[in-house]
Amino acid sequence: MTTLDQLRQELGDRIDDDLRRVAENPRAAAALFPAAGRRYGREPLTGGWTADEAARALLLTEIDMAEISEIYRYGDTAEKLAVLKALPLLTIGEKGTPLLEDALRTNDTRLVAAALGPYAMNLSPEAWRQAVLKCVFMGVPLTSVHRLTERADPELRAMLRAFADERRAAGRDMPPDALALLDQLKEA
Amino acid sequence: MRIFDPHIHMTSRTTDDYQRMAEAGVRAVVEPAFWLGQPRTNSGSFTDYFDALIGWEPFRASQFGIRHHATIALNPKEANDPRCRPVLDLLPRYLAKDGVVAVGEIGYDSMTPAEDEVFAAQLALALDHDLPALVHTPHRDKARGTTRSLDVVKESGIDPGRVLLDHLNEVTVEPARDAGVWLGFSIYPDTKMSPERMVKILQTYGPERVLVNSAADWGRSDPLLTLRTAEAMLAAGFDADAVDRVLWRNPVEFYGQSKRLDLSEGPETGATFAGNSILRGGS
Repeated sequence: MTTLDQLRQELGDRIDDDLRRVAENPRAAAALFPAAGRRYGREPLTGGWTADEAARALLLTEIDMAEISEIYRYGDTAEKLAVLKALPLLTIGEKGTPLLEDALRTNDTRLVAAALGPYAMNLSPEAWRQAVLKCVFMGVPLTSVHRLTERADPELRAMLRAFADERRAAGRDMPPDALALLDQLKEA
Repeated sequence: MRIFDPHIHMTSRTTDDYQRMAEAGVRAVVEPAFWLGQPRTNSGSFTDYFDALIGWEPFRASQFGIRHHATIALNPKEANDPRCRPVLDLLPRYLAKDGVVAVGEIGYDSMTPAEDEVFAAQLALALDHDLPALVHTPHRDKARGTTRSLDVVKESGIDPGRVLLDHLNEVTVEPARDAGVWLGFSIYPDTKMSPERMVKILQTYGPERVLVNSAADWGRSDPLLTLRTAEAMLAAGFDADAVDRVLWRNPVEFYGQSKRLDLSEGPETGATFAGNSILRGGS
């Protein structure tokens, strides 16, 4: 996994002033965080991170969980996605879990997918299974789900099975990746 | 034909409307924050609404290949309710967003002292955030409301070239034109302005700085009246270039002043022009 140090290195010292401003006054993040795309660009940087996502992750390291939650609360979709992506890199333990739960309540496929990255290890088994099923329902590729086969259990298999039965009864297709997962769980 | 509807309240429209708009050639919209049928009573109602304008609506629009941007403000009618005023303090958070291309709709409803204050304060926010301003002209006492709005714009120090004065008609177009602001016309089924009247205005004043919108919302309105106006222009002898200017290039130029307009197709392309990314195939 890409580390914060790598992101900092790739982004260079151009972010130093903004990080200092936020360290001195966390409220400055309210203006700097949304402007990251305009300030740092949106081009790919390293390891699947874009420049604005990297800048946003680094800005989050300067503020506490209450402030991170505020940034998420008032974020547009790109900002929310950047927060969700940064969660596993931050030293906040499980405290960011409510943000995942918020993302999973939306109907935006990008937010739902982003909530199922490595930080989803903090979701309860019940919430995680519902989230996986929601992906299948919304057509979000299951490759978005971190450690899917490792975490999939008989209960998830039963839920997917029932969903597949419903789809078949309606003459509708089940996404191939969900069928493949069902097959895999049967063998296990 | 490519259409940019520079003023439409998609929150109040169905997904079927997005489909019909896309089929009619609408590729970009700006959704100004305004009042709903039911008055709001607290700032939280506004922030949830603003969140939809920068979150859910752009997502919904993107499914039909339509680029969605917003303008954010406390509207003049609700500026009169002291319970709504605290939202002014939250506006800077939203004015910092990539998808927010102007402060608006601001202006007058009943021309009260509270409206004076909130209008001026938000023109100052436009200057602070280096954003253009979308100014609504009142439906009642419109002529006086228009000249008074132009006075407030002048006093604020904002460049009139960064102001769009909306819902104009035959009576209010001239003072607005003389003041150097952009001229917005909302085409409605039977009230504000019709496609035929719009064509006459264009014949009289030309297409310079003119924007045409449907202002479709929760009232009797039609998101395809932009297309109907384009058709009426062609029928009256305007050429395709004049239509493209009014229905695409003028709104791109006006809102492009924000340097935040993203008209790229599909995923981010990274290509930009003056800070705005441009639809493949030219602006």
